[in-house]
Amino acid sequence: MPTNQNCQGASANCVVGGTRSIVRAVSKLTSLRDAIARFVPDGASVCLGTGLEAVIPFAAGHEIIRQGKRDLTLIGPISDMLFDQLIGAGCCRKVVAAWVGNVIAGLGHNYRRAAERGVPHPIEVEDHSNFTLALGLLAGSLGAPYIPTRSLLGTGILESNRSLKLATDPWSGEPVVLVPAIVPDVSIVHVQRSDAEGNCHLWGTLGVSREAALAARAVIVIAEEIRPREQILADPNLVLVPSLKVAAVVHEPWGALPSPCQGFYGRDHDFFMRYHEESRSVEGFRAWLDKWVLGVPDWKGFLDLLGTETLERLRVREHRPSEPLDYGAG
Amino acid sequence: MTYTDRELMVIAAAREIGDGELIFVGMRLPLLAFALAKRTHAPRALGLFENGVVRESPAPETPFTMSDPPNIAGALWSTTTGNIMALLQQGLVDMGFIGGAEVDRYGNLNTSYIGDWRRPKVKLPGSGGGGDIASLAKRFVIIMPQEKHRFRERVDYITSPGHGDGRDWRRKVGLRGGGPSALITTLGVFRFHPDTKEAHLASFHPGQSVESVRAQTGWDLKVAADVGPTPEATHAELEIVRSCDPQGFWTR
Repeated sequence: MPTNQNCQGASANCVVGGTRSIVRAVSKLTSLRDAIARFVPDGASVCLGTGLEAVIPFAAGHEIIRQGKRDLTLIGPISDMLFDQLIGAGCCRKVVAAWVGNVIAGLGHNYRRAAERGVPHPIEVEDHSNFTLALGLLAGSLGAPYIPTRSLLGTGILESNRSLKLATDPWSGEPVVLVPAIVPDVSIVHVQRSDAEGNCHLWGTLGVSREAALAARAVIVIAEEIRPREQILADPNLVLVPSLKVAAVVHEPWGALPSPCQGFYGRDHDFFMRYHEESRSVEGFRAWLDKWVLGVPDWKGFLDLLGTETLERLRVREHRPSEPLDYGAG
Repeated sequence: MTYTDRELMVIAAAREIGDGELIFVGMRLPLLAFALAKRTHAPRALGLFENGVVRESPAPETPFTMSDPPNIAGALWSTTTGNIMALLQQGLVDMGFIGGAEVDRYGNLNTSYIGDWRRPKVKLPGSGGGGDIASLAKRFVIIMPQEKHRFRERVDYITSPGHGDGRDWRRKVGLRGGGPSALITTLGVFRFHPDTKEAHLASFHPGQSVESVRAQTGWDLKVAADVGPTPEATHAELEIVRSCDPQGFWTR
């Protein structure tokens, strides 16, 4: 790829194959601290947890808490523990989600305290289902104002979430629900591998990751591995989102723990169970936060606390590589 | 052979799965029910998961969540949430499983708010995919523990629509899916009357009776003419359930 290599290291307009296109071949590699500081301002709408129970960007979430971000709107289909932590830490003003809690343990104690009693402060809740949340992001990714669906007719969700509108299909005359586009200021996606520009590969559970990345104004990619550009572009079908949407690339191995990452590590169920118990009271949650988030300088500190024994227990040992593809063109 | 009420719920749920059907599986007990049905009477059933997975065989080890790596490895398809929901909205999904915090006599489920949603007494986690399955699947099966305060005359908030206020409510509001076909609890199995769409007790589990189920039902319980005991769990069924949940995390 001589043309691309000519552009390496510079943000420039390049001629590729005779067609003028913009190639931003500049490294966006940065520390997690800088990525959060720059691209998650107070008051931002942030989409995260797009892989449902897998590849949840906990490393990024903990950094958001450490930096004391405020008034965030959290967007995600389900949130397995991460939103509960951000709400309890006081980072969140509004939740746009289908489900917030702890998938194997039950209710989210901080979510309950905030929604029921305004502790640590009141939050606004915009209720969705997984489908309407996915459709909202899809509409955002399409640049469309809304998408109609037949889901949720007759439900309370249409009352408590006023952004969903009951309408009549102009062709059939039947009732439909209009789901408005959701356009996050930033989507944070955790992936297996990325190049320095943000061309990245995600496989395993996709959830709404592609729609979320395409819909967002900016994307922060958190990657288990940073690979050379040509290795990523060897399989362009697997690239999650064009790197032109990516604002920052962060190399953070184990960055989705205690959620799983296909091919890299499994889920630490015990961690979710322990959090559920320890976050029952405000004091318990503060102690949890002091230990696991505020008491460590960075994600490395979290992993040190977790211990090498746990990491070794969770590390994938039985690998199942797929068949390589042939992109031969000549 | 003695067994827990949760084991019997799994077994009763598995019996609702038809061979060759497309089943929206989800989490917890339904995951075990799908595994059991596949290994007994429904070897050709397909399982859908809202994280984007379609499986023709249960994962070799029962995952704690649908996104655990063993549930993706060996899948028939691993795609987006949107694509799975697309199959649901097209009307291709035969049956889905849903749980809830509260249910009412028409099978409406609340997993969102106890009390007024503007000032909730309890904030529950929310719909997840439940509202979508209830809206769009050809039929759905409710699985939940039976306690009087959770079996209410009317739920405070409809997250997953059952039969609304009965009769042809679903058609009137425009819902395409067929609604709930069974409610499986720790005490018995309810089915919905073909005309009124109200839940009728169809069977009571071993050790229970119509009266003991009535005592834990928060509305004036109707009973099917042919009500009787739920068929006992068989040795073979229990062995499979226990092999899928060896530590008893979900069923003990």
